[in-house]
Amino acid sequence: MSTIWQCYSQDLEYSGIEVTNMYLTKEEERILDGEYGENYAKMMNILVKIGEIYGADKLIPITSAQLSGVSYNTIGDAGLHFLNSLKDVKVAVKTTLNPLAFDERYLDALQVDATLFKKQMEIIKAYKNMGVKTTATCTPYYYDNIPKFGEHIAWAESSAVIYANSIIGARTNREGAVTALASAIIGETPNYGLHLDEERKATHIVELDFQPRGEDFPLIGLLVGKEVQGIPYLKIKGDNDDFKLMGAAMAASGSIAMYHVENLTPEYKNAIQGNLERIEIEKNEIDKMKKRVDVELVAIGCPHVSPAELRKIAKFVKGKKKKRGVEFWVFAARSVWENHKDLIKIIENFGGKVMVDTCVVVSNAGKIFHKIGTTSGKAAFYLSKDKFGGAEVVVEDLYTLLRSVIE
Amino acid sequence: MILKGRSIVEGYTEGEVVKFDKPLVILSDIDEKKGEILGRKVKGKIVVFPWGAGSTVGSYTIYGLKYYGNSPKAFILNRAETIVAAGAIIANIPTVDKIDISKIKDGDYAIIRNNEIEIR
Repeated sequence: MSTIWQCYSQDLEYSGIEVTNMYLTKEEERILDGEYGENYAKMMNILVKIGEIYGADKLIPITSAQLSGVSYNTIGDAGLHFLNSLKDVKVAVKTTLNPLAFDERYLDALQVDATLFKKQMEIIKAYKNMGVKTTATCTPYYYDNIPKFGEHIAWAESSAVIYANSIIGARTNREGAVTALASAIIGETPNYGLHLDEERKATHIVELDFQPRGEDFPLIGLLVGKEVQGIPYLKIKGDNDDFKLMGAAMAASGSIAMYHVENLTPEYKNAIQGNLERIEIEKNEIDKMKKRVDVELVAIGCPHVSPAELRKIAKFVKGKKKKRGVEFWVFAARSVWENHKDLIKIIENFGGKVMVDTCVVVSNAGKIFHKIGTTSGKAAFYLSKDKFGGAEVVVEDLYTLLRSVIE
Repeated sequence: MILKGRSIVEGYTEGEVVKFDKPLVILSDIDEKKGEILGRKVKGKIVVFPWGAGSTVGSYTIYGLKYYGNSPKAFILNRAETIVAAGAIIANIPTVDKIDISKIKDGDYAIIRNNEIEIR
């Protein structure tokens, strides 16, 4: 084993560079020194180095982790090889996974070839061997992995990070695929950024000259994500699903990991200190982002649908018939699907498909369909890029989309 | 000339510098299968750039350089961030940050001794 971390503090002394050294407990040092094996040492080394880069004072325990880097389409053979090299480690906390490339029941519809299937299953197996709960969803917070207010967690899915910080009041930085895995295995994360009270205050106030409705929420998210690097504060009313779509879009078009909404975000009352930069958004800016496309696919569930969204869909399509020539796909966490089979049945009788474990972005859907309608600003952001198929994507309100797929 | 920085991954190595003046979007600027960054061969070279950007899955792209036998000998950075730091650690590629990279030119010969860099 190489001596990556040996004599680290001595090096800093003679280098003359000012770096805050993190405090490590005896147990943490033992892990770093390789007493539990090379892989645990490597994972601890990642946390220590990231902590030093971002000025953390110490490591703090986490209650859960959410991992990205799951779809074979994104991590490839190299990622699989790395995961297989971790055969002797186990995760220390509850750990869940992001969506993968397919729902096993819909291999034909999603055009999954034999290689993709085999490699994807090997990735899942590698995670399973580490003790990861292999429900694959970007919304673990409905059933699978529910953090509480004030808990420290290490999550990597950007839409779940922003939901956890802003709606639940749990605390996580926007972790990377590898740092979230390292935190899951060690059970700790470096104490910096959104783990600290003072880093969770608003940095910008976003003012709107109208009360948003429906598709306005994800469109506002796309716009704010591009303009704000920090923590925006908004005074608008909506439900958790509206804000889920807004936050996912913000995190996709920019680097936002938390927002405050008045009367919704648990910490909003202490969010504003001093004079903050103001950003004004006018209704016509949002209206200009709205367009009409005759779509081939209507995709709902990016992030995966909530039970409430599923209920709205089922109620609307019950007893109706789907139009020919347009597909209607809903993406959900497996646990949401299992707990709401009655609603699923109504949507399937209508002619829709409800897929689990995957989503419109990480499956091949963007390469199969060229005109897509969705409630998701995040899906629109990615699917319109060449790498994901370069589809024409229109973001609309749920009911507008539902009306467009009914005979 | 001797430059001193901070070791992200320690190691002793030396080689020819390939320098990029702008931050690299790791996931898309690196072709790990060809061993190229923005079309330039980096296998066996000392790669110098300001910092990494883009999707955090990019850490696996850096690991991919190693996996496909195209690993550079080292990275020298202005500032390490999550993508490059985590990628370099899992791939075990010597990496030094906190270096004023304006002092290093493309084609220089660099000798790395942990956090110390000698430029010839």
